[in-house]
Amino acid sequence: MTRRDLAIIGAGPAGMAAAAQAAALGLAVTLVDEQPRPGGQIYRDVDRAVALRGAILGADYGRGARLTAGLRRDGIDHVAGAVVWAIEEGFSILYTREGRGARIAADRVLLATGALERPMPLPGWTLPGVMTAGAGQILLKQSGVLARRAVLVGSGPLLYLIAAQMVRAGTPPLALVETQSRGDLARAMGHAGGALRGWRYLAKGLGLLAEIARARVPRHTGATGIAIEGEGRAEAVRFTSRGRAHRIACDTVFLHHGVVPNMQAARSLGVAHRWHQAQACFVPQLDGWGRTEMPGLFIAGDGAGIGGAAAAEIAGRLAALKLAEEAGRLSPEACDRQARPLRAAQARELAARAFLDRAYPPFAEALAPADATVVCRCEEVTAGEIRGHARLGCLGPNQAKAFGRAGMGPCQGRYCGLTVTALLAEANARTPDETGYYRIRPPLKPVTLGELAAMEDAAEAAQ
Amino acid sequence: MKPVSPFLETESGTEAGPRVPVSFDGRTLELPEGANLAAALLAAGVQVFRRTPVSGAPRAPYCMMGACFDCLVEIDGVVRQACMIEVTGGLAIRRPHEAHDDPA
Amino acid sequence: MDTDYAIIGGGVVGLSVAWGLLKRGLTVTVLDGDDGAFRASRGNFGLVWVQSKGMTQPRYARWSQQSAAIWAEFAAELGANTGQAVPLEQKGGYDLHFSEETLQATVERYEGLKAKLGGDYPFEVLGHNALRKEEPHIGPKVVGAILHHQDGHANPLKLLRALAADVRRMGGRVLTGKTVTGVSKPDGFRIACADGSVTGAGKVILSAGLGAAQLGPAMGFKAPVRPQRGQVLITEKLPKLINRPSLIARQVDEGGIQIGATNEEVGPDDRVTQPGLSGLAAEAIAAYPALARAQLVRSWGALRVLSPDGLPIYQESAEMPGAYLVTCHSGITLAAAHARLLPDWLERSAAAPDLEVFGEARFAVS
Repeated sequence: MTRRDLAIIGAGPAGMAAAAQAAALGLAVTLVDEQPRPGGQIYRDVDRAVALRGAILGADYGRGARLTAGLRRDGIDHVAGAVVWAIEEGFSILYTREGRGARIAADRVLLATGALERPMPLPGWTLPGVMTAGAGQILLKQSGVLARRAVLVGSGPLLYLIAAQMVRAGTPPLALVETQSRGDLARAMGHAGGALRGWRYLAKGLGLLAEIARARVPRHTGATGIAIEGEGRAEAVRFTSRGRAHRIACDTVFLHHGVVPNMQAARSLGVAHRWHQAQACFVPQLDGWGRTEMPGLFIAGDGAGIGGAAAAEIAGRLAALKLAEEAGRLSPEACDRQARPLRAAQARELAARAFLDRAYPPFAEALAPADATVVCRCEEVTAGEIRGHARLGCLGPNQAKAFGRAGMGPCQGRYCGLTVTALLAEANARTPDETGYYRIRPPLKPVTLGELAAMEDAAEAAQ
Repeated sequence: MKPVSPFLETESGTEAGPRVPVSFDGRTLELPEGANLAAALLAAGVQVFRRTPVSGAPRAPYCMMGACFDCLVEIDGVVRQACMIEVTGGLAIRRPHEAHDDPA
Repeated sequence: MDTDYAIIGGGVVGLSVAWGLLKRGLTVTVLDGDDGAFRASRGNFGLVWVQSKGMTQPRYARWSQQSAAIWAEFAAELGANTGQAVPLEQKGGYDLHFSEETLQATVERYEGLKAKLGGDYPFEVLGHNALRKEEPHIGPKVVGAILHHQDGHANPLKLLRALAADVRRMGGRVLTGKTVTGVSKPDGFRIACADGSVTGAGKVILSAGLGAAQLGPAMGFKAPVRPQRGQVLITEKLPKLINRPSLIARQVDEGGIQIGATNEEVGPDDRVTQPGLSGLAAEAIAAYPALARAQLVRSWGALRVLSPDGLPIYQESAEMPGAYLVTCHSGITLAAAHARLLPDWLERSAAAPDLEVFGEARFAVS
């Protein structure tokens, strides 16, 4: 087994950009990704899909092909279809590919594991037919599959993007049920320079809204009391908007109220995280290069805090520069010099993000769900049960997990962690930082006992 | 005739490979080879992928990106995420641990 | 004085004792730590176990038997009080063997202990075929097992939750997020915490697990406890696969197969390691080959609280009379004894169990 200079986890914009940059500077890079083809979620399957559906998906999506092209060079070993289930200090990346466990040794690691949809626990959100808006996009990007009768629920630019894409594909959504209010947008515009800094996103958003309006897709804003109804599957969305109760019959509901960093790998290595109030999520503690306190461990992209695809690409390059410098392939002066234009571009991107965070806040009802609402999908634990655990003395999610199994299922808390932290923080009158988060341990994703055991056999055979 | 699905395949098709037979829960389906299995099952009209071991509640794909584990299916005795598998001919897919009492 | 008893440590050991004292009408304040504390109570294997314990100290075997015998009644009472069942199954447990030699050697040791216990040590030896009738999924590498009829297993997390609920229901005061910094006895006891709070108490019980090593010496205890790491695995929920528990694997009431555990002297490091996980997986598959296809969903490292000889420590402080050290490795097995028998010892009632052999005198430097 050869040792690599750098292992990068995740082949989205940050990981792909970092791999190309690091390889260009002479590092031997292994890029590990669980999808069969590069792109991450934002550029999912871009090399195949652009030719088939580029017109529907839009120009921004097509930009991903530049990044996948950058991977086709010496010095980058792209290990696709590899599910990483543990990362050990030192570093050792343990993964499963085609039913076999394997390991990559690397001097340095860059985590570029991107974002997850923010959990959106609403009554009925576990029913078949309810999916994340990101899932709706992935169905379209990768597979050309569209929902015939869908309602889009939540807030944020992604909701408009998928709505516009559905319009272009000839199956417009039945309605947009939007949770942000006009006041949110006004506040974002009023925020110092917000509209100016966010103008590109605003313009894109207005273009999307125009497409949606032309297709006569009804938009309901300031929606509250949202519930998904159905016997055995989603049949309708019920809500109140501007004082009127609505019920829209449908087959599919796409939920979205922002994305949050996928923390699993970073947390499993003990990287310190802090609560980011404006984004209402935890972000890892990093320096300006994406460096953690653990020597050799970097994080870039949305996993470091939500910035979007363009910011992720820049952050990947910045991390690669510093990684190359630490590996002795780049002088400190050259590193700083090459970083300068990247930092300027990064500042522009992040300023626009502040505008978006204000214009499209998370849906309050889904941040503090009603007692009867399931928050842990895997173990089917309700918000009321979590509040009950707080009354039994649970200050943090690890105690609540022990008391009621929230976070014990196969998703490892990915879709309940932030909700459980928020519920406990509120019940105990403590901050999210004081409340903390699940202790994440291997396996980051399930691995069969047979695959695990075979790794022991391999170790014995080697001795 | 495939059942009416809440999902529609665009003309560009799912990944547009030739159709190959797979079985789901004893039923034979013709799915595009190389397609994402979860997407292909949805397009073929499969609405319930599994029932939860806690309450027996029905579940289907939620995130399509390998994070939520709601699209779990059983193939060759191993429970896996349908959204992380590509269609190959002859896949025998079952609902996890259903109607048989042996993981082997 | 705020309370008759202050209990430092709100794990299964501390809460079990608190529960028993509350039942006697005493007032109790439990000082518990934070979310991130090392908590053996939420990392343990969940056995209510007799066999193999006290091989060199029959009193420990007897103490474990006493607790196992009253566990069902204890669990039922907790369940009735809280409306939340504490799952318990006591239909025997196995010591699985992969060689005739180890099986035979263990049987000989058990026979020796059985004689010292006056014959009350009900076990039988099952050969492979007999075992296979009981456990259809057992693998060909298992030559046989010792089936001990006093063994069983519980849901330790539901026990912890039920204790937390019932202690509060009975009026116990539980203070969370506390880090005890010092215990003094100017008159009554004063327990100072890092947040500046002070609790006054008539008596103090130190049941802080590994925390006793720091607090104990200032209270007049040797408290020679050390961490020993056990890595534990648990699979996805599966249909019934394992009938009775063993030290290798058990099927929990929710359906997952729990697999344990390593014994590692690595200090206060509770991480899991790939060699640890792989070794445990290989052993579990050797015992139950069908597990090869099961998905591992979670794993963790928990730190056992071990004394030099592995036995519990029950000791009143000579320097601070009224302060007691209560610590053990088997907090689940002994929960019933701690709840129902130990209060008699603390209160010096006529029914007090003889716990002399568990005192710290046994650690004296000779």
